[in-house]
Amino acid sequence: MNSATTLVSLIVGLPLVGFIINGLIGLSSEGYRTKKSLIGTIANLAVFVPFIIAFSIFLNMGEGSEPMFATLFTWIQAGSFSVDVAYQVDQLSIMMTLVVTGVGFLIHLYSIGYMWNDKGYWRFFAYLNLFIFAMLNLVLADNLLLLFLGWEGVGLCSYLLIGFWYTEMKNSSAAKKAFIYNRIGDFAFLIAMFLTFQHVGSLRFDAILNDLSAIPADDKFWIGLLMFIGATGKSAQIPLFVWLPDAMAGPTSVSALIHAATMVTSGIYLISRLSPMFVMAPEVMMIIAVIGALTALVAATIAITQNDIKRVLAYSTVSQLGYMFLALGSGAFTAAMFHVVTHAFFKACLFLGSGSVIHAMEHVEHGLHEEGKDVHFDPQDMRFMGGLKKYLPSTYKTFLLATIAIAGIPPLAGFFSKDEILAFTFNAGMGEYAGSLYMLLWVVGIFTAFLTAFYMFRLTFGTFNGPFKLPSKINEAKGAEKHLHESPKTMTIPLWTLGILSVVGGFMGVPNFLASTFTHEEAHINLLHNWLHSVTADYELILSHGTEWILMLVSIAIAVAGVWVAWRMYGDGQTEASDASLSERFGGLYQTWKEKYNLDELYEGGVANPLVRFSDKGLAKFDMKFLDGIVNTTGGVVRLFGSVFRYIQTGVASSYALGLVIGVIIILSLLIL
Amino acid sequence: MDLLLNICIYLPILGIVGILLTRNETAVKWISLIVTGATFVLSLPLLFNFDIANSAAQQYLTTGSQIIPGLDIKYMVGLDGFSLLLFMLTTLFGPIVVLSSWDSVSKHLPGYYSMLLLLQTASMGFFASLDLILFYAFFEISLIPMYFLIGIWGGKNRIHATVKFFIYTFAGSLIMLVGLIYLGYDAGAVMEGVSFTSDWQFLSSAAYQVGLVQQTWLFLAFALAFCIKVPLFPFHTWLPYAHTEAPTAGSVVLAAIMLKMGTYGLLRVCLPIFPNAFMTFAPYMATLAVIGIIYGALVAMVQKDWKKLVAYSSVSHLGFVVLGLFAFNAIAVQGAIIQMVNHGLSTGALFLIVGMIYDRTHTREIKQYGGIAKVIPVFATMFMITMLASIGLPGLNGFIGEFLILNGAFNSLVIPHNVFAVLATIGVILAAVYMLWLYQRVMFGPVTNKANNKLIDLNAREIGILVPLVLLMFWIGVRPVDFMQYSEQQVTEIVETSKQKSVAIRQAAEQEELPEWASKLYDVTDQLASQSK
Repeated sequence: MNSATTLVSLIVGLPLVGFIINGLIGLSSEGYRTKKSLIGTIANLAVFVPFIIAFSIFLNMGEGSEPMFATLFTWIQAGSFSVDVAYQVDQLSIMMTLVVTGVGFLIHLYSIGYMWNDKGYWRFFAYLNLFIFAMLNLVLADNLLLLFLGWEGVGLCSYLLIGFWYTEMKNSSAAKKAFIYNRIGDFAFLIAMFLTFQHVGSLRFDAILNDLSAIPADDKFWIGLLMFIGATGKSAQIPLFVWLPDAMAGPTSVSALIHAATMVTSGIYLISRLSPMFVMAPEVMMIIAVIGALTALVAATIAITQNDIKRVLAYSTVSQLGYMFLALGSGAFTAAMFHVVTHAFFKACLFLGSGSVIHAMEHVEHGLHEEGKDVHFDPQDMRFMGGLKKYLPSTYKTFLLATIAIAGIPPLAGFFSKDEILAFTFNAGMGEYAGSLYMLLWVVGIFTAFLTAFYMFRLTFGTFNGPFKLPSKINEAKGAEKHLHESPKTMTIPLWTLGILSVVGGFMGVPNFLASTFTHEEAHINLLHNWLHSVTADYELILSHGTEWILMLVSIAIAVAGVWVAWRMYGDGQTEASDASLSERFGGLYQTWKEKYNLDELYEGGVANPLVRFSDKGLAKFDMKFLDGIVNTTGGVVRLFGSVFRYIQTGVASSYALGLVIGVIIILSLLIL
Repeated sequence: MDLLLNICIYLPILGIVGILLTRNETAVKWISLIVTGATFVLSLPLLFNFDIANSAAQQYLTTGSQIIPGLDIKYMVGLDGFSLLLFMLTTLFGPIVVLSSWDSVSKHLPGYYSMLLLLQTASMGFFASLDLILFYAFFEISLIPMYFLIGIWGGKNRIHATVKFFIYTFAGSLIMLVGLIYLGYDAGAVMEGVSFTSDWQFLSSAAYQVGLVQQTWLFLAFALAFCIKVPLFPFHTWLPYAHTEAPTAGSVVLAAIMLKMGTYGLLRVCLPIFPNAFMTFAPYMATLAVIGIIYGALVAMVQKDWKKLVAYSSVSHLGFVVLGLFAFNAIAVQGAIIQMVNHGLSTGALFLIVGMIYDRTHTREIKQYGGIAKVIPVFATMFMITMLASIGLPGLNGFIGEFLILNGAFNSLVIPHNVFAVLATIGVILAAVYMLWLYQRVMFGPVTNKANNKLIDLNAREIGILVPLVLLMFWIGVRPVDFMQYSEQQVTEIVETSKQKSVAIRQAAEQEELPEWASKLYDVTDQLASQSK
């Protein structure tokens, strides 16, 4: 084994080792399960060490350096088909690895405190490690099939963790829903692989990208479209996004890790990985952009109306993922990856912050119970919150930073990545292919940016500003605020780390024109572009500096406007009153948003239920009555013949003789006549 | 080594003798365990000494003399790439089914275990047979013990189930017998010095070519028998009855071993001996397979009986195997072979799991469960892994077979359109739907049936039964090459030679006048075969 293979094996293997230790020992030994510090340490090391290794590889990697391959063994081999367990470390995959292990580690650290009182502590960390293992396979694989192993593997972990508290039927239903919606996407992914293999004869990224001419244009369209459909499952886009909000049933750190920072960005990674193929299918690019923009808009409108703090963040995630797909479809692969990274910072921070809030609210409920008060409320419902900034200062400050970042206020992380996406959309609008459509998408993107700033500040104000609303809602909860406490250090350290990253993360992708306007020569201050340009096939930026400045000012203005409107309406935490006035102003439209466009009902009533009814009343009956009926009838007919012919078989010799004679006479007479 | 193969096959018969001599109940169980365990251990050298580089050749060959002079019917057993893995699967399941019956069967023990052992011999003999009359004989013998296992030790409706199972399968195999006799004389006419032959090596070789018209009828006769056994839609209706009524061990052997006799027969007999018909009927067989995949899954989804659900899932899973075989390329056929093993492991394990819970609660009704994951976590873990293997999660065994089959079918030359593979892939979604739904209803949520609060988790014996199966699920999922290497060469070779043989037969047929239906039928295949993808 050479050193590259060893290092990559360690990166991918250690989380698996962590899973096996905590999983198997936990399952078999009662005593082990109570050693929570040990379990937590093992799980954290299993992610932290890979992060360090990945970081050292990153430091030794140059901007244009060749990819490093590590082949472990042949996985499947049959006839002309062969695929290895092999990894590819290049600029794109190492970046994802750093996000997965880095943000992953912070969330592991946070979970030590967050899950401390849970009986399934060992199980939780085992699953979390397994997830990291699967996710690393996904981002490091050198071929589509191993990527698919990671792809379904993260889906499994997502299933296990959404349904972590499985004694609640609601949670296990959400888990099942996630798995099945993902499988629908995976169906398309599988077909895409068959088609790729048909033309290229291999599933290695290298082979595919070096042999793009072997794929006819028609099938480039189909492969691209099918992969994108696969991505709409995993990355929660229209029409398959409905599982993600329900996935919030899992522990909050899971929502941060899997359903915000890493797994849901897999689809974006996949398309970026194959970007040279996608740019050769402009129709697919257009479809991706349209779906992305629509998803961004639709999810943002729903987010405005939600009161569950985690659900707002879930719809926000769907919406931000939509932005990333808009970027992909506009040929801005680097910008999409940029947004993947900054979103991982600020959205993980927001989710962990919401976890801290929920933790505090649960603590209140618990404290009231100890006082002997039988008070029940939903600890995730914003309407019981408000005024928390006083009690949870670290949570508040980091949450606010992340909110400013996602809203797109310069110079925080989200501003740069979102601005670049919008600039590239506009850029595609100036292009030859479907220009006016992309212009329209730019408008949608800008409008959604306004909504983003608006709903995120609605959330932040509603949670942290104004008075604490629980005591005024529930009489018995008077004085409940004394139970409000900031979370422990293991939780606030990750919050601050992510909060700071949300502030400075954007500087890796400062647009070049900011420098070149002043220096009047070509600038290369966009570190991320320099880093990824050898891997991704971005469209060329044809905008003039002047246009870029205008676009940037527009997106700043729109973000500020969103914040300002939110401040006017919700600044004092008056969530319910302002919601009511919104509802009044927008009427049916607001209801549609609040009811999430009734998509769940549509799928359930339009597909799932009819299918079950058809299978139950139709197929199962057909099987038992008709098909089996034929079999029984055949048997019955044979028996009928038997019962008739039985009378001929009398066993009396003379009657046989009679028959013989009659037969002879008939034959003879036939012969004679 | 050829002696060892015979010892393996007949050792269980020796066990029956032992059982009949003691009749002490504890001794009966131990004799059965020792005999099946010894069979498994003794079969291991057959695996380790198998010459992989020569997997297309029949190894450990025993060839007897002609039973009747002039008729080339002889005792002939051996293993090759087609049969080795299924033979090993059979020996592995021997001790497993004995152990699974340990505490759950209490009635007429000597008879019960004798039947299990007889079934064991019949199954091993079937997979090792290289003479088709012998092959047929073992095929039929295996019916008898299963008939009694269901009929005596089965559930409430056992008589209806076992009669249906027996007569349905038997009717199919009688048609096969007619075909076999015709085939034997037809081939005997080519061979020197005999008038009849059922030697598989000769029948499958390039030296023997069946005319197109005869091929059609012979293929249909054999395929019908095998399709009933598989069972392929729409011949599957005996299966849910048989599975639901059979005792656990019966269901396990039925699912893991006996259903494979059907798909194995298609591979062993129909593919190499009737290659033209095999390719020509591929679209029709693929149609039935795809219908079976989707239909089986949908009907499984709405079952209220846990065991019946698993039974219908078999219809769906075996549809994949049939699709793979008829895709007629090395990728898909290799996928089909490993999928036979996979289905044996995962569905075998599923029936064991249902049996274990049934031993505790005496109900198979899904409604009676709910929330038991919390009560019996080890059971829940085993069930979870098996379920994931069954729905084809990458990293576990089921995925390997399904992926290769679908990929091969998608790129098949004889299946006329890739829409077949696309529709079959929907089965991957549906499998997740019915299995996850089952798992949720049984394992998750609050404990709905108070009695289930007192369930006891798996004991050492039960864990011991499931662990080897689970380990194999992982092993095949991660390193399928370790298993698929045994059949790689033979599959590649047979697919290639059968293709050439079909061309030769087609050319020979041009010399003679074909009936109109036959030339129409086979024209399509020619067009397909001449296409290159």
